[in-house]
Amino acid sequence: MVAIAGSVPGDRSDRAKRLFFWLLAGLAAVAVLSIGTGASGVSVLDAAQGWMAGNLDPRDALVLKSIRLPRLALGMLIGAALAVSGAVMQGLFRNPLADPGVVGVGAGASLGAVFAIVLGGMLPVWMGQHAVSLMAFAGAGYSTLLLYRVATRSGRTSVATMLLAGIALGALAAAMVGVMTYMADDRQLRDLTFWGMGSLAGASWTKVGAALPLILPAILLSPLLARGLNGLALGEAAAGHMGLPVQRIKLLAILTVAAATGASVAVSGGIGFIGIVVPHLLRIGSGPDHRWLLPNAAVLGAILLCLADIVARMIVAPAELPIGIVTAILGAPVFLWILLSRKGVGAL
Amino acid sequence: MIVAEDIYVRLGGRVILDGVSFRALPGHLTAIVGPNGSGKTTLLRALTAEVPFAGRTGMNGTDIAHAKAWQLAAIRAVLPQATPLAFPFTVIEVVRLGLASGISANRAHLAQQSLARVGLQGYEGRMYQDLSGGEQQRAQLARVLAQVWEPVLDGQPRWLLLDEPVSSLDIGHQLVVMQIARDFADAGGGVVAVMHDLNLTAMFADRVALLAGGRMVAQGTPAKVLDDANLSRAYRCRVRVNTPPDAGTWLVPHAASV
Ligand SMILES: Nc1ncnc2c1ncn2[C@@H]1O[C@H](COP(=O)(O)OP(=O)(O)OP(=O)(O)O)[C@@H](O)[C@H]1O
Ligand SMILES: [Mg+2]
Repeated sequence: MVAIAGSVPGDRSDRAKRLFFWLLAGLAAVAVLSIGTGASGVSVLDAAQGWMAGNLDPRDALVLKSIRLPRLALGMLIGAALAVSGAVMQGLFRNPLADPGVVGVGAGASLGAVFAIVLGGMLPVWMGQHAVSLMAFAGAGYSTLLLYRVATRSGRTSVATMLLAGIALGALAAAMVGVMTYMADDRQLRDLTFWGMGSLAGASWTKVGAALPLILPAILLSPLLARGLNGLALGEAAAGHMGLPVQRIKLLAILTVAAATGASVAVSGGIGFIGIVVPHLLRIGSGPDHRWLLPNAAVLGAILLCLADIVARMIVAPAELPIGIVTAILGAPVFLWILLSRKGVGAL
Repeated sequence: MIVAEDIYVRLGGRVILDGVSFRALPGHLTAIVGPNGSGKTTLLRALTAEVPFAGRTGMNGTDIAHAKAWQLAAIRAVLPQATPLAFPFTVIEVVRLGLASGISANRAHLAQQSLARVGLQGYEGRMYQDLSGGEQQRAQLARVLAQVWEPVLDGQPRWLLLDEPVSSLDIGHQLVVMQIARDFADAGGGVVAVMHDLNLTAMFADRVALLAGGRMVAQGTPAKVLDDANLSRAYRCRVRVNTPPDAGTWLVPHAASV
């Protein structure tokens, strides 16, 4: 029998590659849906007809250009960032429950962001308008590092320690955010409240511009981590035996998580569970190989967050729900399901 | 050749290896034996630079402590005593992880050959986590074999470092795995295997290193090292070594105290 590449049983790479193209198609469909959804009642069809005929109503054009398109772009960007940072963090911690939002890294990023808003005067001038993103990045990076130090002993990560340390870290960060809120003046409080709502409601091209320089490199460079994260699935020692530069992989993974989480928290507050649900579904669908998992997670994350955003806009229209509520309602049960169905894998 | 000279390892404030010297030759299957906690795994971990140690270690003339991970991965593969696996990989995917560090491209077919070698043909599509303990151990061995498939490459011997490769295997598969190690050595590679089964050791090993309490008690051919006096002293129990003229060596534990 001649072995054709990919015909080996148990080899799921072809399936995973095909999935990527299906997901891209799905993303296109969701994008169309998203552009056509909103309070002002411009439909995709109107817009497309008007645009092609060259007589698009200027008010509709404005709605599309400065509200719906940046919102779509931000949703895709943040969704991809959340899913990729979840997948990378899970690979780093060798655990499907490690998600920046759950284990305190999101809270660390929030602390950085709040610091920038309240005590921005203390920060160096060169940070300028990127201060909130950069400080959220720093907060996320520092808490990931801290968590890894605490939860990992001689190359093994304890799930229990990780989750518990995450709770402590999150609580500490939240307390410090509280202290800073106290110190804030009226204008800063307004900024904080606006920022803390955690939704895509205030999407603008400025926000897209703030998130892009951190998120895009994180997503595009994450496939460089794929082999390393695959090797880490066997533990740090075995990864080293197979010739992988373990320390460098860990550092790059932490930077990726910090950049993606920091930027998304900075522009849209905390949005939970995308980072757990997306990689988990993909592992079931096409296996845990990070070479496909990471790119697929980016696309599926973008799809799911944009869908959640559409739901958030429709369910109580013309008002809208914070998107974090929608993702939590969808995501928390999945988190519990994973927790309950884990067998043998580094048991608690 | 693997050389370790005067190795000291301290872990958690205790001296684990106390001036151990060790040698393994290509073409040989070298067994490391000794009671639980005697430092066998630790010696192997010094040979892979996983634990900090004082002393000198070399592999094919390369200083192990200062070599890069990828340099070592090209000349030796390691089967740890236990290997955790974090995500739901299939058996073939696990074995292919070993190939990722391979040198030449397009070696995907090696994964299947390697699985067949350990008696797991037909297991490619099974989930690794659903396998039995012994099957998992053999799947890991297949991964390790795939990493150094050719026992000699570019004129250099390559090495298999195996920590208790047969600990959870039935007698049939114990023989299969020991024969794989034997064949690897006969083809010019080197094998260092931590062993608890002294009968298998006597059957398959060219040389034996006997550790006890972090020190090297004896090192040499099985006939020389595996004798009543050495074994009784190291294992703190009475052991009788039989050498019937027609059946190789045959050991029986005799009484629980010396
Ligand atoms: N990280 C560590 N910190 C402290 N002590 C350690 C550490 N690793 C090993 N030891 C101790 O070193 C001694 C030797 O351990 P090692 O794992 O090398 O034994 P072994 O000969 O492989 O035993 P076994 O047959 O049970 O596998 C043991 O007493 C163990 O408790
Ligand atoms: Mg051991």
